[in-house]
Amino acid sequence: MVLKARVSILPKKDILDPQGQAISGALKNMGFAMIENVRQGKIIEITLSTDDRDLAEKDIEIMCRQLLVNQVIESYEIAFLE
Amino acid sequence: MKAGVISFPGSNCDRDLRVAFDAFGMKVVALWHKETCLPEGIDIIALPGGFSYGDYLRCGAIAAHSPICREVKKFADRGGYVLGVCNGFQILCEMGLLPGGLLCNAGIKFLGKSVMLRVGEARSVFTAHYTAGDLIEIPIAHHDGNYFAAANELESLEGESRIAFRYAQNPNGSARDIAGIVSTNRRILGMMPHPERAIDPLLGSKDGGYLFHGLAQGFTQSA
Repeated sequence: MVLKARVSILPKKDILDPQGQAISGALKNMGFAMIENVRQGKIIEITLSTDDRDLAEKDIEIMCRQLLVNQVIESYEIAFLE
Repeated sequence: MKAGVISFPGSNCDRDLRVAFDAFGMKVVALWHKETCLPEGIDIIALPGGFSYGDYLRCGAIAAHSPICREVKKFADRGGYVLGVCNGFQILCEMGLLPGGLLCNAGIKFLGKSVMLRVGEARSVFTAHYTAGDLIEIPIAHHDGNYFAAANELESLEGESRIAFRYAQNPNGSARDIAGIVSTNRRILGMMPHPERAIDPLLGSKDGGYLFHGLAQGFTQSA
């Protein structure tokens, strides 16, 4: 059985995000006047061959802390897909 | 003095760094990222510029987990000297050997040009042949050179005089105009500009040469 985890990574709120700003500028130029803020991040989907959800969560947490996320500059969320 | 220059898949300034060490009379060995032990007698390890692992995930993030980096960490922990230039600086931050990280340039553009740096207050073997306050010309070539660190880290860097170089005119948004910093023991230097590209008037500037001169002299004296 497989479990699929989705890690969403965004720059921390107080960090300059020039890519987000560039996107925000482009959207506003397109006429979307209600844009208040845009942040750009990344999604990493990991498929694990296990049905032990607790073990999977622990492992994904370790993966995030050791490689997937730089906690100096990024924040993250882990979600499991049904 | 013996320098080991590491090549990762995608490193492209490794040869220039070897040439610079050699030009200042140091023995150089080329090291491959998969090696699991360092050769005998290495005094300094250098991590070069380039695009290790294509900058995939984050610049330097994957290279930081190379087998050789485990040895670099042990080497640094026992007081070894380490120089990280550009992608090398990014790798050192990812390894936690230096504080903070390098973000995308504030202007988003890749910057490839000569800039003026002001030598900082950090006293170290790397800066021994500069005087604090000197203005030097060194090229930069990076897309993600915007130095960031938490407020308390920045205060420590300033308070402990660990800022080695600052941009005279900040090109990329780096906090406190930081272009290069040293570790608490001052034996690890990370810098975004390329001193190895400024060792000969033919290259446009020889201001980077003083860094390698400082290393060559510093090790001769302590031998």
